[in-house]
Amino acid sequence: MSGARTNTLAHLRGSIERIETHADTYAPDRAPLGHAEADAALHGGLAHGAVHEVFCEGRQSAAATGFIAGLARRVGAQRPLLWVRQDFAERETGALSMSGCQELGLDPRQLVTVRAPDVETALRTAADALACDALGAVVLETWGESKQFDLVASRKLTLVARGSGVTALLLRVAAVPTASTAETRWIVRAAHSPPGMPWGVWGAPILDAQLVRNRHGPNGHWIMEWKCDECLFREAPHSQPVAAAAADRPAAAPASAQRRAG
Amino acid sequence: MAKHSNALQIAALDDAAARIGLEVGLSLANARAVCPDVQVFDADPVADAQLLNHIADWCDRFTPLVALDGPQALFLDITGCAHLFGGEAALLQMLCRALMAQGFVVSAAIAGTSVCARTLGRYGHGRIVADGEEAKAVKPLPVFTLGADEAIARGLRRAGLTTIGDVAARGRHEIAARFGAGFTALLEQALGQSDAPISPRKPLPDYIVEKRFPEPIATDGVIAATLSSLARMLIDAMEKQGKGARRLEASFFRTDGAVRSIAVETGQAVTKVAVIERLFRERIDAIADPLDPGFGFDLIRLSAGRTEIVVQQQRDLDANVHDNDELAALVDRIAARIGPRRVVVHLPVDTHIPERASWAAPAQHHLAVASQAVWPARAEDEPPLRPLRLFEHPEPIKVIAGVPDGPPAQFRWRRATHAVVRAEGPERVAMEWWRSTGEMLTRDYFRVEDEAGLRFWLYRDGLYGREKVSEEGMPVSPEWFMHGLFA
Repeated sequence: MSGARTNTLAHLRGSIERIETHADTYAPDRAPLGHAEADAALHGGLAHGAVHEVFCEGRQSAAATGFIAGLARRVGAQRPLLWVRQDFAERETGALSMSGCQELGLDPRQLVTVRAPDVETALRTAADALACDALGAVVLETWGESKQFDLVASRKLTLVARGSGVTALLLRVAAVPTASTAETRWIVRAAHSPPGMPWGVWGAPILDAQLVRNRHGPNGHWIMEWKCDECLFREAPHSQPVAAAAADRPAAAPASAQRRAG
Repeated sequence: MAKHSNALQIAALDDAAARIGLEVGLSLANARAVCPDVQVFDADPVADAQLLNHIADWCDRFTPLVALDGPQALFLDITGCAHLFGGEAALLQMLCRALMAQGFVVSAAIAGTSVCARTLGRYGHGRIVADGEEAKAVKPLPVFTLGADEAIARGLRRAGLTTIGDVAARGRHEIAARFGAGFTALLEQALGQSDAPISPRKPLPDYIVEKRFPEPIATDGVIAATLSSLARMLIDAMEKQGKGARRLEASFFRTDGAVRSIAVETGQAVTKVAVIERLFRERIDAIADPLDPGFGFDLIRLSAGRTEIVVQQQRDLDANVHDNDELAALVDRIAARIGPRRVVVHLPVDTHIPERASWAAPAQHHLAVASQAVWPARAEDEPPLRPLRLFEHPEPIKVIAGVPDGPPAQFRWRRATHAVVRAEGPERVAMEWWRSTGEMLTRDYFRVEDEAGLRFWLYRDGLYGREKVSEEGMPVSPEWFMHGLFA
């Protein structure tokens, strides 16, 4: 083997090694959500510099928005937040109300909104914004299915986010999950206000959050309350119990378990 | 052919028509009598103006000060520009030859005052009058070349004054008494005794750099490289005076006369070459009709407007300043691509009408204001009283309520029925009567939760039995609207 070829081989081996060790030592900072079980499943909180997806049905859009706003508040702390939304989403699910944001603890002064005419522009703008490390988080909100949201787009976002350390939060209203490189994936719906609360005090954001994908830990399903005053998630008071998620394996096999029981 | 006082008249004609005796203002019937097979077309003043504007765009390559003069003429202020083209004569020749090559008939003149140049241009082509010679040059010309009203020209003819020299020989007070002060001013300007400023079409940019090509260029790579080197020249020029620009315009002059201008505005003054390059790359990528080089560009120009003095800040120590700059640069880039109105920050508005409580302002210009804005504080230990999602246009819903002025028991929104499990309200919001805009009904807002746990914000429009009454004074059932969704 000639010297040049040995050299090339060594060089290539070196690059492969670098890539592999990089994947192993990937240990991002994490922002704790405040909900003890969820934080345990996430190894301490939501990873910075990664992509997190939140899916919901069309009519659950406000609950999912509340969840995303909470995540953005936890991850971004008090840094500027860029909220990219597709024009159509605004018509379908209403505009983001600043008074509402303020009441959830999300500072309107830190919010910059981008109204993108289509999904492609929205994706590109989000990727651009993720490269800007002055931001705390970037929210990308789209409505409905779109074929632009493929694995390539998702990987692009992941790489930019990892490079800059800015967190990407994807709000996908009325869409079904497809293959992606997201760190976590949630399905969110609204939960009942707990029964027996005094008149007029009900109405705090109580969310049924299902963690259906978690790259580095188990999945789970929790009822959370967003505490507007403390700006963190908590266990919902007197909520009806939900089957606890198995801590040792992903909770992706309920269907087969049922079949065995029957 | 244009319609004028209810008759079709000739508005413009070509040389051949002029030779057989037709003239502007002649009615169509008379023209047909002179020449039965005359070809007529409808006059299109809008298209004419557009064409003149295109020519003016093209003339921008000679001087930034180009003004329109009536429907058929242009003024170019070439003070200090002529030497760039090898002198006045060479400039005039170059300009006229290029315009003739595009198929126009040109009559041009250069003189010390705009009116003098126009007067000479009307009479013949190619005169260049030295400073102080204006009076001598215009005196032999007929009075119609001054371009005064038809009535004045007729009056002068009747008085036997056929040349400008004749008129100038009379006492000014006589002329002013008969034809008005406006005409004497015009006369003085034509004689070079006074000057009137022209009003250029575009504001004069603060800095201009440009590059001319002996061979037209057409490839993207060369265009990008040219823009970069122009950006470098522009930044160098501005840096000497400590300035930065907030408006940049790149103009691409095509060999066939078409001119394309692309402008970029920024929120913070630009002082870096890389920023200019990136902004134009974003903008050119995003424009709907791409830059079409045709047979190539022979001149590319970059100009800077709205320049301001840039205070150099110590950036390394203060992370906050750095963050703000980064954010502003990001906003500028996004705005360059998708338009400044699509990137917004939110400012509080002092009103209690929910949909008007915040104003989405363009982020480029309001970033600093928004970060200092004062929003009303939220009440502690209360659930959210305002929805997270607000519909810009409240959507009508069908509601069943226990009593007409009570909370809703069931409602139908977007083809789905929701049973109300909890309701809280009303929160009464009266409209701003001091701003009478027609919609004056008081709204009663309710927070409700349905059986699935979804939380809504809806309102009843008008007070039952007080604002909503029929003509006979009987209560009318009120209308309900969905206005927002809670998390």
